[in-house]
Amino acid sequence: MLDPAAAVPAGIINPDGGQAAKRFDVYRNNVAVSLSDALEAAFPIVRKLVGDQFFRAMAGIYLRKHPPKSPLMMFYGHAMPQFLRRFPPAQTLGYLPDIAAVELALRHAYHAADATPVTPQEFADLAPDALMGVRLRIAPAVQTVASSYPIHAIYRANTSDTAPKPVMQAEAILITRPAFDPELHRINAAAATCIEALKSGQTLGQAMATADDTLDLGQVLGLLLAQSAVTEIY
Amino acid sequence: MIHLTITYPKAAAMLDATQTPLLPARPGVGYKAQHYADIMASPGPLGWLEIHAENYMGDGGRPIAQLRHLAERFPISVHGVGLSIGGEDDLDTDHLARLKHLVGWLNPASFSEHLAWSTHDSHFYNDLLPLPYTTQTLTRVATHINQVQDVVGRQMLLENPSSYLAFAESTMSETDFLRELVARTGCGLLLDVNNVFVSATNLQTSPQAYIDAFPIDAVGEIHLGGHDEDQDETGAPLLIDSHGKAVVDPVWALLDYTLAKSGPKPLLIEWDTDVPDWSVLSAEIARADAALAMVLA
Repeated sequence: MLDPAAAVPAGIINPDGGQAAKRFDVYRNNVAVSLSDALEAAFPIVRKLVGDQFFRAMAGIYLRKHPPKSPLMMFYGHAMPQFLRRFPPAQTLGYLPDIAAVELALRHAYHAADATPVTPQEFADLAPDALMGVRLRIAPAVQTVASSYPIHAIYRANTSDTAPKPVMQAEAILITRPAFDPELHRINAAAATCIEALKSGQTLGQAMATADDTLDLGQVLGLLLAQSAVTEIY
Repeated sequence: MIHLTITYPKAAAMLDATQTPLLPARPGVGYKAQHYADIMASPGPLGWLEIHAENYMGDGGRPIAQLRHLAERFPISVHGVGLSIGGEDDLDTDHLARLKHLVGWLNPASFSEHLAWSTHDSHFYNDLLPLPYTTQTLTRVATHINQVQDVVGRQMLLENPSSYLAFAESTMSETDFLRELVARTGCGLLLDVNNVFVSATNLQTSPQAYIDAFPIDAVGEIHLGGHDEDQDETGAPLLIDSHGKAVVDPVWALLDYTLAKSGPKPLLIEWDTDVPDWSVLSAEIARADAALAMVLA
């Protein structure tokens, strides 16, 4: 169905009982176009970065290599970061796979389960000596992407007219969803590591120990609490 | 193993107000999020909304919240596009469970799927692909429909496809195939009159004759949509069911012909690609409303 060069199956006929190659191609074309359209809708910033022509050609290869396994098209394209990492024409755009990962994470955040956050007061009420032993349940919408490229600046530059020009440096992104719209925050790699450790159920002390000394734990917790990203202290 | 056959109440029998609400015999529209505010502010004669099941299978967020809100105001029809009921493979039980979950919490006025396939060898093709009509495919599709109705726990409507080609191996007509499915499974039918027009043009048959042969008593809903016009390699007309344009006059005429036989039915305007402003859809809804008024007069 996805191979444009494959022969039309036997037994498919037009009203006169003759060959129906073009009629069969309507289906073949619908399948390829609908999958390509789904990828375009899913990765608008990747598309903007590479241009329409490159994106269409790339999508055509992707959809044949990774046809959807599920009817949930909202999550189609999950292999895009890995695909782009190995896609020869994209080798000069090292940041592209990480931008695709950000777009995937935004979609997952958008569709993630709703959750009721704890109040900052609940956190403030913890006894100081208990602090490092607690675990934080993180809202399902919360995602991080860490990159050796300035992914936050690149994302901003392609979504806002007033954003500054990206400067070459490593950046990480935290995605939260305080209400219905996912929000992007620039964080550093240590903060991303710490948040992923918290998501996996490690205590605050353990999560802190996974990150290097560039971690500002107070800032990370302040951001998570302000963004309704903590749903339970346990 | 003993197989228990469960009989589902026909839509007309489900009038208990504590039960599932019915789709009213009024115009409905395929819901698009960009029309949310317009629908709430100026629905006009709009009587119900249809959603694509697969778009509401995320865990939460805005789509689910909006749907809850819409369901407080309008009867909802859940229209699945991904179950592959016409496929050779077993049904995807994970997907079936997701459908059961959605229908369970939403309690929609109607639930429908397509006489088509979209999944083969665990690859999902995101399109509605055709099947030949034989005793073998009839048995398989009936088994799938029974399984869906058993799991989801209610009657489903099955939609007639739009066809671009025919299968040499088919031994029965589409209308006989559908009639037999209704008899074997107790499912209802969703009659898409644009699909009838598209298929009849492409296969050079009569759309009125198709309607005459259609098991009209089983119809629980009617679809209307736009199509694109092309030609095949012999120069014969080839219509493509794109859902990206206004409904054409011959399809409105075919609707009148159908309603004269069926009586008033819930009528859906489907517009899924190049989705226009609400004012354009409102005009289509008004025309559907006028067609219904004519039958009632």
